[in-house]
Amino acid sequence: MASSGQTVLQFSSSSTSVSARVHPLVIFNICDFYVRRADQAERVIGTLLGSVLPDGTVDIRNSYAVPHNESSDQVALDIDYHHNMLLSHQKVNPKEVIVGWFSTGFGVTGGSALIHEFYAREVSNPVHLTVDTGFKNGEAAIKGFVSINLSLGDQQLAAQFQEIPLDLRMVEAERVGFDVLKPTTVDKIPNDLEGMEASMERLLALIDDVYKYVDDVVGVLLQIMTSANFYQTL
Amino acid sequence: MATQGRSFLQVAATEEAAPLLRVVQIEGLVILKIIKHCQEFSPALVTGQLLGLDVGSVLEVTNCFPFPIREEDEEIEAEGANYQLEMMRCLREVNVDNNTVGWYQSTLFGSFQTVELIETFMNYQENIRRCVCIVYDPSRSNQGVLALKALKLADSFMDLYKNNNFTGEKLREKNLSWVDIFEEIPIKVSNSALISAFMTELETDTPVKQCGYDRLQLSTNPFLERNMEFLIECMDDLSMEQQKFQFYYRNLSRQQAQQQAWLQKRRTENMSRKAAGEEPLPEEDPSNPVFKPIPEPSRLDSFLITNQISNYCNQINGNLSRQQAQQQAWLQKRRTENMSRKAAGEEPLPEEDPSNPVFKPIPEPSRLDSFLITNQISNYCNQINGVAGQSFSRLYLMKALHED
Repeated sequence: MASSGQTVLQFSSSSTSVSARVHPLVIFNICDFYVRRADQAERVIGTLLGSVLPDGTVDIRNSYAVPHNESSDQVALDIDYHHNMLLSHQKVNPKEVIVGWFSTGFGVTGGSALIHEFYAREVSNPVHLTVDTGFKNGEAAIKGFVSINLSLGDQQLAAQFQEIPLDLRMVEAERVGFDVLKPTTVDKIPNDLEGMEASMERLLALIDDVYKYVDDVVGVLLQIMTSANFYQTL
Repeated sequence: MATQGRSFLQVAATEEAAPLLRVVQIEGLVILKIIKHCQEFSPALVTGQLLGLDVGSVLEVTNCFPFPIREEDEEIEAEGANYQLEMMRCLREVNVDNNTVGWYQSTLFGSFQTVELIETFMNYQENIRRCVCIVYDPSRSNQGVLALKALKLADSFMDLYKNNNFTGEKLREKNLSWVDIFEEIPIKVSNSALISAFMTELETDTPVKQCGYDRLQLSTNPFLERNMEFLIECMDDLSMEQQKFQFYYRNLSRQQAQQQAWLQKRRTENMSRKAAGEEPLPEEDPSNPVFKPIPEPSRLDSFLITNQISNYCNQINGNLSRQQAQQQAWLQKRRTENMSRKAAGEEPLPEEDPSNPVFKPIPEPSRLDSFLITNQISNYCNQINGVAGQSFSRLYLMKALHED
């Protein structure tokens, strides 16, 4: 291993100040596919669709699952299916292109690297999304990764999955329906007046909170002033 | 053996009555997909297919996929069908329910009540026993409420439409009015436990979101204005339809009068001929242009208010009773003639004459358009009501805040 100079393991600088924006539809899709997966499959793999915004963030808007076979050392992905679905989706929305792929399960496994390579052939710098449906650490972990090349001097060593910041965004209309999307069942969709009532209640709660907070601050300030007076009189 | 339950043949022969559809259960995933699709292409109108299961009195919608925007082209028809087959096949491979239960479409300010909707319903109904149409209104959702509706065509209306029979009598028979065309079914939303857990975790921290503030704004003018615009257009269509009917009835009554005049002339001629001992002429003459049936105006175009429907009903009533009176008069005349002929020893004439135009049923204009318009107008009125209610609430809130 003795080489002439000191070569440092270089991480290519994060020109990947890439971040990704995920729409909740993608999460819903992934969870639905996970619930419907075949019995022998441990996890679900699929393609992410979206677009790249001019400032570099990746906007992930849609997704579909791709049937695959996974064994300890091999991963087989149904490429025809992947292309067919892509064509079908593009007939509806030609602006949505492949931006990466997702898999359920915590963290990244060995097979993921192979799949990532495959997707890297389809699009430059794909984003890999992992959705932890097993709640491994007791929380819902959605992580995004891009692949960074590790190079030692001039030699390419390996590729590393580096985590990127994710942003869960909701369109205006989706936010309106958020109350409907959260619980397990909702008996009926609220109409105009009920929706008004709900937002007024929330506003009232907010006003109460702010009121209390201001009171507290004023109280503390008064206390601070009295202690200052106390010191002045000393 | 025969007493031990029914034989297989018997069971297969008895048809089970389909339970009434009480509620449509939609998954959150479907709602999100519909919102996304409709919002992306707004204000263009888009459609898509619903997939799910039909279970008893609940129709479950578990997934959906959008349709590409179709150009008006013959060959694209085949492509559309191919797309649909391809999507269904692919979705089946990932264990999505492969069963079509209806379709969804977006609308603008609630103006979705058209004949195309009815025809699409009829098309779907041929293959699927129960189907729903989900209508989403992106313009109303911007006002802060989730404007999602599930519609079904009422069964009684469907039968009528199949027979293309929209005469006043049939409608009265079935007690059908403009409210009975579409049935709105309540929607229930369900989410799998997994996604519910995810959403609860990922909920943003702020308790009130911007859209909540938007809802509390006092100004709703643009929305209200658009609504009124649509309403006024509707009323214009309404009056046009009314004029068509008036024209038709005027023509009809004029033709009736002509028929009567001709008949009278014939009768007097017959009298004179009888007196002269000649053969009486027939009392109808299909070649005479007076008896040519006037084609009624084509239908299925626009809508009507309930008041104006009852107006038409009154006119029809008058017409129908007038026709009935005519039939009675003709029958009387025939009877007296027969009496005289019997006295003279001749063969009595039959007391019916189906070829006589007096008995020819007058085809009535269909009510379908009127009903559709009325539905539309009530839709707009409900929306306006909702918005007005909101405005009042906001005013009260302002007042309350000021007083504090």
